[in-house]
Amino acid sequence: MTDFTEDDIRAQVRAWLTDNWDPERGLVEWRNMLIESGWGVPHWPEEWHGRGLPVGMAPVVEEEFDKGGAVGVAKMGIRTLAAATILEHGTDLHKQRFLRGILTGEETWCQLFSEPGSGSDLAGAVTRADFQGGKWVINGQKVWNTSAHHADFGLLLARTDWDAVKHQGLSYFLLDMRQPGVEVHQLRQMNGHASFNQVFFTDAVVEPEYQIGGLGEGWKVATTTLMHERRGADGVRRYATGSDRPGRIYEEERAEVATVMAPYVWYPQRTGRADLLIERAKAAGRWDDPAVRQEVAKALTLARTAEWTARRAREAQQLGLPQGPEGSIGKLAASIVARACARAHTMIAGPDAMLTGEDDGTGGVVAEILVSTPAISIAGGTDEIQRNIISERILSMPKEARHDTDRPFRDVPRNQVG
Amino acid sequence: MKFSFSEEQTEFRNMLRRFLNDRSPTTEVRRVMETESGYDAEVWRMMAEELGVAAIHIPEAYGGAGFGVSELAIAAEEAGRALLPSPFFGSTVMAATAIAEAGTDAQKQALLPGIASGGTIAALAAAEPGTGWNADAFTATARPDNGSWRLAGRKSYVLDGMAASLVVAAARLPDGGLGLFSLPADSAGLARRPLQSMDPTRRLAQMDFDGAPADLLGGPEAGAPAWARTLDVAAVCLAGEMVGGAERLREDALEYVSMRMQFGRSIASFQVTKHKAADMLLEVELAKAAAYYAAAAADDDDEVDQPLPALASLAKATASDTYMQTAIHAVQMHGGIGFTHDNDTQLWFKRAKASEAFLGTAADHRERMLQHWNA
Ligand SMILES: Cc1cc2nc3c(=O)[nH]c(=O)nc-3n(C[C@H](O)[C@H](O)[C@H](O)COP(=O)(O)OP(=O)(O)OC[C@H]3O[C@@H](n4cnc5c(N)ncnc54)[C@H](O)[C@@H]3O)c2cc1C
Repeated sequence: MTDFTEDDIRAQVRAWLTDNWDPERGLVEWRNMLIESGWGVPHWPEEWHGRGLPVGMAPVVEEEFDKGGAVGVAKMGIRTLAAATILEHGTDLHKQRFLRGILTGEETWCQLFSEPGSGSDLAGAVTRADFQGGKWVINGQKVWNTSAHHADFGLLLARTDWDAVKHQGLSYFLLDMRQPGVEVHQLRQMNGHASFNQVFFTDAVVEPEYQIGGLGEGWKVATTTLMHERRGADGVRRYATGSDRPGRIYEEERAEVATVMAPYVWYPQRTGRADLLIERAKAAGRWDDPAVRQEVAKALTLARTAEWTARRAREAQQLGLPQGPEGSIGKLAASIVARACARAHTMIAGPDAMLTGEDDGTGGVVAEILVSTPAISIAGGTDEIQRNIISERILSMPKEARHDTDRPFRDVPRNQVG
Repeated sequence: MKFSFSEEQTEFRNMLRRFLNDRSPTTEVRRVMETESGYDAEVWRMMAEELGVAAIHIPEAYGGAGFGVSELAIAAEEAGRALLPSPFFGSTVMAATAIAEAGTDAQKQALLPGIASGGTIAALAAAEPGTGWNADAFTATARPDNGSWRLAGRKSYVLDGMAASLVVAAARLPDGGLGLFSLPADSAGLARRPLQSMDPTRRLAQMDFDGAPADLLGGPEAGAPAWARTLDVAAVCLAGEMVGGAERLREDALEYVSMRMQFGRSIASFQVTKHKAADMLLEVELAKAAAYYAAAAADDDDEVDQPLPALASLAKATASDTYMQTAIHAVQMHGGIGFTHDNDTQLWFKRAKASEAFLGTAADHRERMLQHWNA
């Protein structure tokens, strides 16, 4: 890593884009160029498609891309969790096999953690992985798995030892979803979308080299995935919507948004859309209503303070401070923001809050906000779980007495499901 | 009775609850909400003919049962608890009240018996796009025409507007006063279309009047007080409906957490779950107290220490905040399954969401409460 300033970086990115950016290139071809140059993920190590820059420089590079309308590597969805997990715990084989496909967008991922009987209590997973005939054989069921219906690979947490205590009997696998032993059923949500799934395994197979982390170390690896998920849920993330500019690469990006990104179309709405509040209040003729103004001000205050808090956390991270459970603060704040926004949107909409689709006056956007915000306090770990993490791990408050970690897992009481 | 129910009232409630458990479980609600009409005509017929639900507060002289708003609100509460899709609210609670309050004896003789029997479904077209139920903002007009009237303007959020054969409409008189009018739903000059509603169990319509002929109910002075009273009765009944729904959500969520285990123990054993359940009980009980007190006020002003509009609005605001908060907690307590289409919690969640806005927001009603409050 050489000495550089932010200005140096900006100049380098601009120069590289001037020489290379061409909207008539194919999307995959372009992303491969980003991978070769390291500008797609500049904060990744040089040997793995990056430039080894500090994390703080990634948004700077991204800004330069945005200015020129240049498309970046694929960033949305579970792929970011897969990449983070593989970078931290994967073997060279894993990195070689998966990182490029993640960045080009050619291969997509899903997270196979939650089960009918274990959601908050992920370590209570009962999907089994048995080593038979030199392979891992998987049986059981997962649920709520976003994008599993078109994913190529899954991040799988499964039980390999029933006599060990709960957290020590789990292992983590990179599972090929395109095989006969994996069956996926889409589930419909209360907002009408069908982003998540049930996934059934019947003698599905994982080759031994695609176990990630050691035997019985699945929980440790899963913690990495979850920490990245929660940190990513701090409300600062942007959502790919696809640019409406002309050019082959934009067309291909729009097609990507319309297909593999489809499960995420409502994700901006589940944040509560603070960005729409003032515009909506004016359009609805309620901008002068003092009660509405109070709600809008409260929602905006929460949204902005949550954003600044998240940015402080990111800067701390960029300064090299260790990453811990503080992702839980941002995630919890995002839930509170979403609810405040839903409340304000309801007041602004007035009687139109009873309507949906073409009739709600916003093409259904507000209606979608109102029926999507309940997801944010559940997905990726519920608010209650975030509060437990904050109080026990950040504030070091006494832990709840536990009766599920002092005995072999097979003796722990659990739900009778599946 | 504002703090307790009579034996007859309790019996009426129990009978309704049994009927709705039997005839309108959520499997039926889900089936019916996908149909074009949005309600089960046979269930409605039985409720009207066998249980007298369409006639509760309509005077006996006009084919009704002659009970009060308290009984009407009990029926609303049970319907809300069951999430019953039916023309009860639009026809009996809203339109019949407007006719009973504004109409002449002859008009009531002509219009109310049909509604009381359940055979006629009526709808009240009062709210307007964007401004809702605020009568000061109504812009639809009525002009005299050869001893009759013609209406012009757009009405929206008309509950049961597509199912109705009879329409009661609110429109401005030439002198700026408010008139209530009746006309057949298939009149020339009246066009209606279904609106896409957030809550599929509660159907709404938009109505465009373009010179539709209509009868003025009562005289030119009758409209304003009749509308005010109708809004109060509707707010009281909506409060009842909402506390019924909230209580059901609360009970179902409690049942769910009592069954579910995580971390080797019942999730009901976590203190945060218990506190949430306790808060839900508290809020629902407060909202019930408000709804029952307001219903008593609607039946007998002398029984209470505040005017009906203040109490009706207090009840509406309290119940709608409580319903929404209870629904949010209920989804949360279910975890991932609470966010699915197949879990019933979402049905009540959407009703709670729509009820926040129906008849005016909680903020509107709190303002109205203070304007009428006896300090
Ligand atoms: C939109 C969406 C997308 C999702 N995507 C994925 C995905 O891609 N992959 C995946 O694996 N999963 C996914 N999930 C699942 C999600 O992670 C779980 O739903 C969540 O962790 C809660 O688990 P559960 O549904 O089993 O609820 P439960 O764990 O049964 O929780 C029920 C209630 O009990 C409370 N509770 C549980 N334990 C405690 C405790 N110790 N203290 C206090 N309260 C407690 C919870 O907070 C909740 O209110 C998704 C969920 C949603 C809604």
